[in-house]
Amino acid sequence: MTATTMSAARSEAREDYLEDVIRASMALAMFWGIAAFAVGVLIAFQLAFPVLNLGLEWTTFGRLRPLHTSAAIFAFGGTALIGSSFHVVQRTCRAQLFGGEPVAWFVLLGYQLFIVVAATGYLLGITQGREYAEPEWYADLWLTLVWVVYLVAFVGTLVKREEPHIYVANWFYLSFIVTVAMLHVVNNLAMPVSLFGTKSYSAFAGVQDALTQWWYGHNAVGFFLTAGFLGMMYYFIPKAANRPVYSYRLSIVHFWSLIFLYIWAGPHHLHYTALPEWAQMLGMAFSVMLWMPSWGGMINGLMTLSGAWDKLRTDPSLRFSVTAVAFYGMSTFEGPVMSIRPVNALSHYTDWTIGHVHSGALGWVAFIVFGMMYHLVPVLWGRRDLYSKTLAEVHFWVSTLGIVLYITAMWVSGIMQGLMWRAYDELGFLQYSFAETVQAMHPFYLIRAMGGVLFLIGALIMAYNLWRTARGDVARAAA
Amino acid sequence: MILSHAKIETNTAILLVLALLTVVIGGIVEIVPLYTIETTIERVQGVRPYTPLELVGRNIYIREGCYLCHSQQIRPFRDEVERYGHYSLAAESMYDHPFQWGSKRTGPDLARVGGKYSDEWHAAHLIEPRSVVPESIMPAYPFLMQRMLKTDDIARHLQAVRKVGVPYSDEMIAAAAADMEAQQNPDADPSGLASRYAKVPIGAFDGDPTRITEMDALVAYLQMLGTLVDFSAVTPQQLRQ
Repeated sequence: MTATTMSAARSEAREDYLEDVIRASMALAMFWGIAAFAVGVLIAFQLAFPVLNLGLEWTTFGRLRPLHTSAAIFAFGGTALIGSSFHVVQRTCRAQLFGGEPVAWFVLLGYQLFIVVAATGYLLGITQGREYAEPEWYADLWLTLVWVVYLVAFVGTLVKREEPHIYVANWFYLSFIVTVAMLHVVNNLAMPVSLFGTKSYSAFAGVQDALTQWWYGHNAVGFFLTAGFLGMMYYFIPKAANRPVYSYRLSIVHFWSLIFLYIWAGPHHLHYTALPEWAQMLGMAFSVMLWMPSWGGMINGLMTLSGAWDKLRTDPSLRFSVTAVAFYGMSTFEGPVMSIRPVNALSHYTDWTIGHVHSGALGWVAFIVFGMMYHLVPVLWGRRDLYSKTLAEVHFWVSTLGIVLYITAMWVSGIMQGLMWRAYDELGFLQYSFAETVQAMHPFYLIRAMGGVLFLIGALIMAYNLWRTARGDVARAAA
Repeated sequence: MILSHAKIETNTAILLVLALLTVVIGGIVEIVPLYTIETTIERVQGVRPYTPLELVGRNIYIREGCYLCHSQQIRPFRDEVERYGHYSLAAESMYDHPFQWGSKRTGPDLARVGGKYSDEWHAAHLIEPRSVVPESIMPAYPFLMQRMLKTDDIARHLQAVRKVGVPYSDEMIAAAAADMEAQQNPDADPSGLASRYAKVPIGAFDGDPTRITEMDALVAYLQMLGTLVDFSAVTPQQLRQ
């Protein structure tokens, strides 16, 4: 056990750690998670029953879908990242957060304001029309300010640390903060029509805009949804397992190769488009290479459990975290496969992509957050344990079943869709009209929506459990 | 390696700078050449800036999130070319701020939907999709018929788009409001509009030339999609990227 890996285990409480802001972020993350899953369930049912668009302009699929993705990624994921990073950086540096209470609250609440401004805008039709970068220019400017303060608070804490080494979880959190700043600023360069209006026009056009946007979009996956949550993994799995990180050397290789390779992978979203082929090839090559550091990270996370596997049975936090890492391994294998051009020719534009995204978002991101929260909420509220481990177990199985329903439905519908689009009959005509392929998706859209319902129910059970935990209740032990 | 990494992980400034440099490289290598390599945009004739009415229609397309279910990018496969038309060129979206290629086909590709259906079909379809395509799962947009468009700030939009690189002339900006009116009124004199914008679709898109609605704008936009390049006159040399 090296000095660095020790520090995770050694983070005994100090009087001056900021915790109110972290407690608030846990509650907010739980709220946004439920909101994101609920909107997801609604729009999933809209695809099965279009009448659920309600005939209102504010509730159409086109306006709710960015609400769903932003709520899941930025509101739920982002709030969990901010809160957990504040916790991790203080404990592993043995220092109070730089800037103290005012800075910490400004970052958390400023970020919430960004979310509310962006989300209400979507319902009113205010959007840049670029996936995962929908908020308009004024919301983007505000986020830039909040994010710079976040970076200062984080780096400032690293600088004033009392530990000699910067713990590996912090490398990932730092890379997440810095890279997201770069992506956000460049991708959102735009010309507002007026300083008093909401509308702006992107500084980039056509093919250049496409690549800039997917350089951003894929690295929102790579740095927001991966690097940040790997930071979570590198702290909370060793912590819950009470074991050092499996390999220090592997974590170094993992970190640098992951952040270097990820940035190149964006063009795999643009295979066979008007993007020049050299760029597509580069994107594909790097996406395939990315498989290695991704699995390096997975191995490092899983092998940390060596000698502590029995805890999977007794510790709900660890069970979620480890399953999350397993899903991470699965979707980071699926991703490189889908980035290979002939595979992408079939999968692109279909539900397969949606399924892939959700095996990452539900299986990896949400589960690693759930694991973090099941561990952290008792710690933050000073409780010896969760209100009910049985409820946490129910949550685990209900949610896992939900994910399985979701992704298998999307595999089937996606591959079927892709094959139907390219099917020819014996006379050499296209076999199916587009409308027929839409009709064929109906049963799978229903199964997917049911998977979403299960996932939502699981999250509601979790919220109840954590609420009772925070109150200090203890359920009578089940047999 | 472990020894030297100790320096990095004990010094915040070094870690910060290296972590940033590591992620800057890939973006520069991939994005910058798209501006410097001239053949990135194919050398074909016919692509023009959007007319004021089409630009407003495009903004409605963006506002309603159409790109979340409809792509505008035809790939060079036999089935796609048969279903949708010639594969999409980079040149065809060179004035698109932002691009709307999309990433999902819950509905069909729209890159070349222009001219494939009548104006009446589009209006009926947008008001109630299932009235013309029973299997459709698209939301209904009846409110587009009720929402009137103002022409007073259209010139400002053209100016903003010009600032990011679209070659709108002073004349186009000055005539923006009039052009918007003229494009949806078949009885108006089309010569000014047609002299400024080639291949411009003109019609009472929503069925009523006396008022300009959001339906007019959106249908005008849909009706020009993919129609600007005359592929019978394009040589393979021009398409080489």
